[in-house]
Amino acid sequence: MQRVKEKAIELLTSGAVDRVLGWRAGEFFYDLTPAVFTSAEEVEKDFVYSVFSGANLSKYLIAESRKGGKVAVFLKPCDSYSFVQLLKEHRIWRENVYAVGVQCGGMCDAEKLKEAGASGLTSVREDGETLIAETIYGEVCVEKDKALLGKCQVCKSKKIVCFDELIGEQGEEIPDNHRFDEVAKLEAMTAEERFAFWRGELSRCIRCNACRNVCPACSCEKCVFDNHDLGTDNKAAADSFEENMFHIIRAFHVASRCTDCGECSRVCPQHIPLHLLNRKFIKDINELYGEYQAGADFETKPPLMDFTKGDCEPSVVYERGGANA
Amino acid sequence: MQRIGVFVCWCGSNIAATVDVEAVSEALGHEPGVVFSTNYQYMCSQTGQDMIQEKIHEYGLTGVVVCSCSPRMHEATFRKTCEKAGLNPYMVEIANIREQCSWIHKDKAEATEKAIILGRAAIAKVHLNAPLTAGTSPVTKRALVIGGGIAGIQTALDIADAGFEVDIVEKKPTIGGKMTQIDKTFPTLDCAACILTPKMVDCAQNEKISIYSYSEVEAVKGFVGNFHVTIRKKARYVKEDVCTGCGLCTEKCPQKKVPNEFNLGMDNRRAIYIPFAQAVPKVATIDPNYCTMLKTGKCGVCSKVCTAGAIDYKQKDELIEREYGAIVVATGYNPIKLDQFDEFAYSQSPDVVSSLEFERLMNAAGPTSGTLLRPSDHTHPKTIVFVQCVGSRCDGAQKGKPYCSKICCMYTAKHAMLCREKYPDTDVYVFYIDVRTPGKGFDEFYRRAVEEYGVHYIKGMVGKVVPEGGKLKVQASDLLDNRQLHIDADMVVLAAAIEPDESARPLATMLTASMDTNDFFTEAHPKLRPVESPTAGVFLSGACQGPKDIPETVAQAGAAASKVIGLLSKDQLTCNPCVAQPDELMCNGCSSCEKVCPYGAITYVDKEFRGPNRTTLLRRVAQVNPAVCQGCGACTVACPSGAMDLKGFSNKQIMAEVDAICR
Repeated sequence: MQRVKEKAIELLTSGAVDRVLGWRAGEFFYDLTPAVFTSAEEVEKDFVYSVFSGANLSKYLIAESRKGGKVAVFLKPCDSYSFVQLLKEHRIWRENVYAVGVQCGGMCDAEKLKEAGASGLTSVREDGETLIAETIYGEVCVEKDKALLGKCQVCKSKKIVCFDELIGEQGEEIPDNHRFDEVAKLEAMTAEERFAFWRGELSRCIRCNACRNVCPACSCEKCVFDNHDLGTDNKAAADSFEENMFHIIRAFHVASRCTDCGECSRVCPQHIPLHLLNRKFIKDINELYGEYQAGADFETKPPLMDFTKGDCEPSVVYERGGANA
Repeated sequence: MQRIGVFVCWCGSNIAATVDVEAVSEALGHEPGVVFSTNYQYMCSQTGQDMIQEKIHEYGLTGVVVCSCSPRMHEATFRKTCEKAGLNPYMVEIANIREQCSWIHKDKAEATEKAIILGRAAIAKVHLNAPLTAGTSPVTKRALVIGGGIAGIQTALDIADAGFEVDIVEKKPTIGGKMTQIDKTFPTLDCAACILTPKMVDCAQNEKISIYSYSEVEAVKGFVGNFHVTIRKKARYVKEDVCTGCGLCTEKCPQKKVPNEFNLGMDNRRAIYIPFAQAVPKVATIDPNYCTMLKTGKCGVCSKVCTAGAIDYKQKDELIEREYGAIVVATGYNPIKLDQFDEFAYSQSPDVVSSLEFERLMNAAGPTSGTLLRPSDHTHPKTIVFVQCVGSRCDGAQKGKPYCSKICCMYTAKHAMLCREKYPDTDVYVFYIDVRTPGKGFDEFYRRAVEEYGVHYIKGMVGKVVPEGGKLKVQASDLLDNRQLHIDADMVVLAAAIEPDESARPLATMLTASMDTNDFFTEAHPKLRPVESPTAGVFLSGACQGPKDIPETVAQAGAAASKVIGLLSKDQLTCNPCVAQPDELMCNGCSSCEKVCPYGAITYVDKEFRGPNRTTLLRRVAQVNPAVCQGCGACTVACPSGAMDLKGFSNKQIMAEVDAICR
């Protein structure tokens, strides 16, 4: 972990880059937030790479890569998929970015640590598979597995798909990741149960737009929900169901471009499992068009934006019982 | 605010019988912006059109809504009408109250309500319409014919005759298609080869026609008048321009055990082969699946015997890029596979053959040199049973085809007649559901088979065929006599249903041409535009559009050619002004639209925009080439930002229609 900080200092001191995109502590040491550092001193003082560096930095490069000068960024494996996807969409100016791949052993959720009995956290250190949390009440040991972010519990890949330099070892994809298990549970429900489930979950939405703002696939100049010219922004405002439509339409918009980075659910202050909507799309796309991972390479086209002779016909909806299921 | 006129058509009783047209024009007259509303018996008639023009002047209309039949029928008519009265033709909207309303409803009150709603939607759209101006695009004066059977040959000859260049792409090593395998043709019994091969030679000799044999269409881009086609010329490992067709290599090749597809696998050919004596082009082809040289690198006999030096084992597939103004699909048909019809013992006995195989057994150039011999023991069959409708007119989709294959009744009558004529000592039975003979001279032909040649026609189906002791035990029912029949036959001939060639569906996808559920190409109008596909510039010739016999195929081939000639004689085509247009301020340059565009009409440029605080931002934004865009709208739905819109069908206009319907 220290090597990441050292690298940031080295890059700035040597003049290789003008800025470094990394993480710094917010109110608490564990609520790390993305930050731009312009000097070695700043890095020395505030830069943190720890088990709480869950935030995906790739989306910030849309703005940072256009500011002139070179910016270094630290990319965990899952972030690197978003990075590639954004490059494929021409959203990041690659020549202005120095990408440093960092291997990741899974990022933690402070809330889960607290649930596991470590409230009043003052610091956390890793010891193998155990997290040793110093709290104002003393030391608490928690198994790391129990404290992982939801997205890290079903990590799909330790492979860093695009980088200029690597810290740590290159990893492999994890094919047996069980990330669709939760989706399968939802699929097993009846239509009414599922409707009730989502209505319940989405009813908590406060439309803070955190999911949209953090999502690397949501990179429009102007979101359709903010565009009064389109006439679609307030289409369903008369109904409390509007929020629900927002999330479903958002899932449609990012379908086949979503890399399943899990940021939407991580940032949701209402703990709505938004990633399940995207993951359902990914599962369906895998089943209908063959396995596809957005951001895994530079060549393949997203299946929903590609037409091949082998594409399923629209009637597949009925074959799968879609009209009534 | 637009000044809109509403014109409700009765379409005689087509609309007026189910929709209260008076109530519709009355209700729509109260819609915002509507300054005039009326109804009339035939709006498309001269009187109706005159009325529209008159009212445009009288009321100063800026928009017109016609509630009538499908826009596919008369949109062009009414646009012209309004244009003559000085209105921009794209200020006209059609509310389809016939196909989408009166024809599908019985209850008059319901239908009237729906007609009003449809009219309201069209009015809501016209409010947002803007005048559009059509541009023009040039026409490439060259046609592509896909498929070199009799359909493709005839189309190519007719187009070439009018002075235009034509390319034929044929996937087999020779043109000629199915007709080359047929012995005699009904109802005149003239020899198929004698009437086909001169046409094949004409094709080869016509300087306007280029034949790409052993080639396939790989990709199609562009649009009517300007198609860009990639043709894959498969490696035949023989230099086409050097080979003299002497055939020596095909005699010396040591690989003798290759099933001969021309005779449907009933005899063998060599690994290097010329499909048949009259092949065009008469050039040898090496079959890479069997050639020892290509597989193991050891042999090279053909290369040694070839005095012309035409053999080239290193030949590679070649990709040819060409521009065309029009494309004719003539991909033809194939008999269905008979695996699913094992009650007839097709896979158990070589003496159960398909009709096309029987055709080869009767043909002088066939595996038996024209003497009818049983494939199993090469004896003369004494009793032959023909079974019709094998796989045709089947219920349900699990087995066979729902349609009538049309040609089987006639060729079976022909086979039966020829058997009796050549071998009067044979007993010939034909089992049928119905005998369908609607064609010139067809019924006379069938009656001759029964009356003069003594063929036993039995109404009923064969239930089972069992090979037993060198015979085929045929169990069948005679429905007219109401009894079971047991026939000991020597041969059974199955009239297999025909289906479109398997290359048709992927081709349809490439051409964005539509198909029916049986994979036959759909025509633009089943009665009035039978040789045009709904995709502009794509025409249909022969059995790819539906089962057809040779005379019908040739007639349709000529019709398709005349449509192509009509298109190619124009120097300019009017473009569709309803093309995509990006809102550059909204575009984020993600390339989604570029990826989905089937016509390659979208490109990207880096463009400077004014940012906040007097800064300049360089942004990547989409640009549409209006001459190439066909207005399909794929980009507008792919654009995640809603930056791409279609002129004449903007998201706002469609939303306004939906709102009007849901009001």
